[in-house]
Amino acid sequence: MLRVKDLKFHYQGGQQVLKEINFKLEDGKFLSVLGNNGAGKSTMLKCFNRIIDPEAGSISLDGEEICRMPMREAAKRMAFVAQTIPNTQMTVHDMVMLGRKPYMQWGFTENDHRIVHEAMERLGLTEMRGRFLNELSGGERQKVMLARALAQKPKLLLLDEPTSSLDLKNQYQVLQTVRDICHETGIAAIMVIHDLNLALRFCDRFLLMRDGAVFRYGDAHVIDREAIWQIYGVQGETADVRGQKIVMVD
Amino acid sequence: MNSDRLPLENNGCGGEYHKNKVKSIWILVLLGLVLAAAVLLSLWAGSYDTPVTELLRGIVNQANDPKINVVVQNVRLPRICTAVIAGAGLGVVGCVLQSILDNPLASASTLGVSQGASFGAAFAIIGLNAGAQNGGGLWISLAAFAGSMGVAAVILGLSRFSQITPESIVLAGVAISSMFTGATTLLQYFADEVELTTLTFWTFGNLGSAGWGQIRFMLLVVLLSSVYSIFHRWDFNALLAGTETAASLGIHVRRMILINMVLCCLTASAIVSHVGLINFIGLVAPHIVRRLVGNNHVYLIPGTILAGASLLLLGDLLARTVVSPVILPTGAVTSFLGAPLFLYLLFKRRKGVC
Ligand SMILES: Nc1ncnc2c1ncn2[C@@H]1O[C@H](COP(=O)(O)OP(=O)(O)O)[C@@H](O)[C@H]1O
Ligand SMILES: [Mg+2]
Repeated sequence: MLRVKDLKFHYQGGQQVLKEINFKLEDGKFLSVLGNNGAGKSTMLKCFNRIIDPEAGSISLDGEEICRMPMREAAKRMAFVAQTIPNTQMTVHDMVMLGRKPYMQWGFTENDHRIVHEAMERLGLTEMRGRFLNELSGGERQKVMLARALAQKPKLLLLDEPTSSLDLKNQYQVLQTVRDICHETGIAAIMVIHDLNLALRFCDRFLLMRDGAVFRYGDAHVIDREAIWQIYGVQGETADVRGQKIVMVD
Repeated sequence: MNSDRLPLENNGCGGEYHKNKVKSIWILVLLGLVLAAAVLLSLWAGSYDTPVTELLRGIVNQANDPKINVVVQNVRLPRICTAVIAGAGLGVVGCVLQSILDNPLASASTLGVSQGASFGAAFAIIGLNAGAQNGGGLWISLAAFAGSMGVAAVILGLSRFSQITPESIVLAGVAISSMFTGATTLLQYFADEVELTTLTFWTFGNLGSAGWGQIRFMLLVVLLSSVYSIFHRWDFNALLAGTETAASLGIHVRRMILINMVLCCLTASAIVSHVGLINFIGLVAPHIVRRLVGNNHVYLIPGTILAGASLLLLGDLLARTVVSPVILPTGAVTSFLGAPLFLYLLFKRRKGVC
């Protein structure tokens, strides 16, 4: 269970980016964070992950306070897939191995190798594990980064716009994998995404952000005409297609 | 190293990865053999009619001809050790700088760190008259370290903490280098005869003058930075995935960059204050090894250590033999050979290849 209480943050010399964020997320749930550009979504993820330190508030995961934890300990509990995907001459296997870095003493153990192998298997990367990252397509690299995050064995998975550079098929594959992992293993995932329909299709919870504050939080019913107008400033409506809620923008 | 062994079940599929790993290890072995060959060649060059076994016996003072003993012990061996240690050190520094600054054009000499060290050393000799004093060597080393740290602070300020392209950083390095080279030249106006000879010899880089005490000091510093960077090899790998991803993996990125920068300055200044300016080894060695094994620092760092040592040794061999019996300054030879490679890298980057 993730509890976020009164989380506040501002960059040096900038205005308040996060204003009193409050919410709870149960284990095994897939949360999408929605909001316009500059709403503070990426900043919030970075606070969770100790990349930046919040100025006030608390973030607790299963009762443990994240902000008072050494970074390495936090890295064993949360994994982060950043918005920009690295493009370097390193093999897929070595990049996924990086996920075991927080656990590493002098070298990697058999257990580390087993976990890495499982993570690659899960995302269908085993066949290409000897290839260099800079020889892969954007979708394949994104899967590598997701496998790396899974190899970290986190309780909470953080994803910043993981589908923004993928084609339709890869978008569905990546999101389906994350959802299945959440439901099967009970880890929670928080994802920033701009596509409302993809979010509605795969996520269990929705956090709507506006100007660094939570506008609404809850399950699919929080997304309606009013919310779309307030968050994105566009007219839109929701509809039901074969039991699946969808959003249409006028 | 059992750490990188694969579980048996994995060997069936994805054998490509296994092949890749074996290949990397073989390349390291090959680089080791090249280094060994370069050492033998350096030992042999200049006394071609002496059997190699005799020269090898000279290393442990057991040659039949006492003259061989003296030549090997007092001339060849110190020179070889200096080249191996300085080359390895410059290689490691180049590799680490390229990683932490995320800049493939970085190295101690292209950023001006070496030139800063050289100015510091010159200042100690002329300004503080350290060359003539007892224990002046320590002052020279300290001043060299201070000079390199000054440059490093400017480079750090310009790179990670603001948005400047790798090329601009190198341009800044060029500006800083010529400033310090100019300042060193100005200092020469205030130097007397003796100081002047010391200085000129330095600006070129010369491997022939370090005594065993100085070699031991260099060895200590180079060992320190090599072991440190090998131990933290996966931190560098994490940085390849981006600073944010590295932080999310539990790495204090700023602290890591600062510590490594200080270590690089320490190593570069220790080398510069004993052998003078030697350009391009630190830039070229990591590139050659990266070509062979990729960007994984598990192989890249040891490979660069071996390649740096071999390159400087071979450069020195050229300097000694090309117009024998005249010995050219080693730094001049490495610059002459390294500069075209540097231009090639710049050109390739423009085309977006590396
Ligand atoms: N490193 C930074 N320094 C200063 N301000 C920043 C920095 N990163 C983001 N911001 C500002 O913080 C606000 C929120 O940014 P961000 O969290 O990236 O928004 P989102 O991901 O929701 O688009 C923006 O106004 C942005 O300009
Ligand atoms: Mg963002």
